[in-house]
Amino acid sequence: MSRESMHIETDVLIIGSGGAGMYAAIAATRAGAGVMLVDRSLIGRGGATVMAQMTVAAALGCETPDHWSHHYDDTLAAGRGLCDERLAQLLCEAGPDCIREMDAWGVGWARRQGRIAQALAPGHDRPRCVYVDFLNTGPAVSKTLRGVITRAGGIRKAGDLLIVDLVRAGGEVTGAAALHVSSGAGVTIAAKATILATGGLTRLYRRNSASANMGGDGYALALRAGAPLVDMEFVQFFPIGHLAPRLIGMDPIMWDPFRYKLGGRLLNSEGEEFTGRYGVSEGGRYLATRDVATYAIVKEVEAGRGSPYGGAFLSFEHCGEAALREAFGPVIGRLARNNIDLTRMPVEVAPIAHYHMGGIVADERMETELPGLLAAGEAVGGANGANRLSGNAITEALVFGRRAGSSAAQRASQMRSHAFDPRAARGVLDLVTQGPRQGTINTAAMIARLQAVMADDVGPLRTAAKLEQALEAIAEMTRSLGEQPIGDGGAFDLRRVEWFDLRNMLLAARAVTVAARARTESRGAHQREDFPDMQSSWQLNQVAWFGDHGMTLARSGAAAQAAAQ
Amino acid sequence: MSASATLKVWRGERPFAGHWQSFDVPFEPGQSVLDGLRWVRANRDPSLAIRFSCINANACKECMLELDGRTVYACTARLEPREMTLAPLSNKPLVRDLVTEIAPPAERLLK
Repeated sequence: MSRESMHIETDVLIIGSGGAGMYAAIAATRAGAGVMLVDRSLIGRGGATVMAQMTVAAALGCETPDHWSHHYDDTLAAGRGLCDERLAQLLCEAGPDCIREMDAWGVGWARRQGRIAQALAPGHDRPRCVYVDFLNTGPAVSKTLRGVITRAGGIRKAGDLLIVDLVRAGGEVTGAAALHVSSGAGVTIAAKATILATGGLTRLYRRNSASANMGGDGYALALRAGAPLVDMEFVQFFPIGHLAPRLIGMDPIMWDPFRYKLGGRLLNSEGEEFTGRYGVSEGGRYLATRDVATYAIVKEVEAGRGSPYGGAFLSFEHCGEAALREAFGPVIGRLARNNIDLTRMPVEVAPIAHYHMGGIVADERMETELPGLLAAGEAVGGANGANRLSGNAITEALVFGRRAGSSAAQRASQMRSHAFDPRAARGVLDLVTQGPRQGTINTAAMIARLQAVMADDVGPLRTAAKLEQALEAIAEMTRSLGEQPIGDGGAFDLRRVEWFDLRNMLLAARAVTVAARARTESRGAHQREDFPDMQSSWQLNQVAWFGDHGMTLARSGAAAQAAAQ
Repeated sequence: MSASATLKVWRGERPFAGHWQSFDVPFEPGQSVLDGLRWVRANRDPSLAIRFSCINANACKECMLELDGRTVYACTARLEPREMTLAPLSNKPLVRDLVTEIAPPAERLLK
């Protein structure tokens, strides 16, 4: 194969083609910028957006009067005092406009009597979540945005393009270097503005609800380029991820919409509804927020009251067949083909890594601390604090994506020429195009090992000892990964792709674990068994940097300032 | 002895210059063919090329291949305790092993 590298120039480079990346591409194009939208997988198919089953929160007030400030209050309360208020406000205030724009583009939000239907989700003070039936929100959002991009024309798209590092000149980001997966070739891209829309890091965990390409790429790219991350200790576990019986062709978070529509009962092995023991009595309704329900399930299992596969039972047996059919139509048939009859049996559910509250530090324009680098969607940290409110992820993808696209276009319009210097890309391009190297590690096995370490030691319940153990394992894996990529370097060489993935995953895992070790309290999604209480002195955010001295943490927020005085 | 499935997998980068390779995979009822292929990569041969992103949800639609001559999604086809023949899509350009070029031309780097 050819070892020649390809060079491309664009105004705005967007990395990741989920909801945030696609909306950013549309907004930047609308503002007159030339756009290149790249994805390590296929355009608009991977990432988390396409996996969303239901619930997009926005204060539309179509059925029940609402105002964005109520959504904002609920978002801050769910975030347990740590939300970045500027970002949370932007999410809630601009959400309805993006939802209406999606509606005009034909996404097909479910309607009742001609009005957009809104469901009540845990943590919201009123019905606020729009959706597309049946379990089709994510696919409909992705398909709609893809259609708008195609109709807009002029957006250059490239799938199978794995961004390996950002390229800088001085303190600014001037583009990126990439591996073209399907040929093995190296690619450099000069951009006046670059947007990281790479999603979260759920792939770091054994059981997760997002695509295999959500390995924290954007966090690692930002860290290596010198941009800080915030709130990295807060990994959201979705409490009722499907556990058993084995079910194929369905997303493991599929029970969420069933609970929105029908309530359902979360039971332990003794047939009791148990969340009341942990502060929220549900009584057949869907009320416990994700952090509370996750904690409750893990604790019940620990107390010997778990289901056979180590989770809880979720039962809709009391709902009756007619109600189930009305709420879920064709999905009931898909369940029957997996030998699941909800009128006669419960299913088993357990917490599953779902979303990352932490991420890249960005302002309301979605600009990071590095000029030329922006972020959008789940990749951004701070809007959701210590625990994300249900329904905020797609809203955040749309709102932050649109904002990032227009900010990036504005920056590009103010720059006369590219500041990209090929010499600054040489090191990373050498890595990408390195010749065949056998190596001894099984990359797929190492990913599985890292996922086990993170699930067992940096999961929903943490201790200092477990976190230390995880850091040692991460350090040891980082050493065995080495500095030079392995694989033959040919077309679709997954060993080389996974080598680059592990380089990112191990760095992201380290950021999560270092921040979790430092936070000696329990708050939201971060629960320390050795520090079980929430402490007002910890009402602050931790910011992580990566540099010559490894990973360093700093504190920000009101409590940090008070403590410093 | 526990049951196993045998995955007979097409390997190679050119349509008429490849070979078949068989892998025995532990079988548990309810698993998908993609589960079996991921087991092969983690336990036998990480160089086996497959394309997938959503793992189990059948949302990304990337894992299409030919199972015993029939086009399926690897994530929804059930693993069975027998020999299963897996080949890349025959109507798409081959990239490597089970991976074909399935993106629309407008979404590729090299058109």
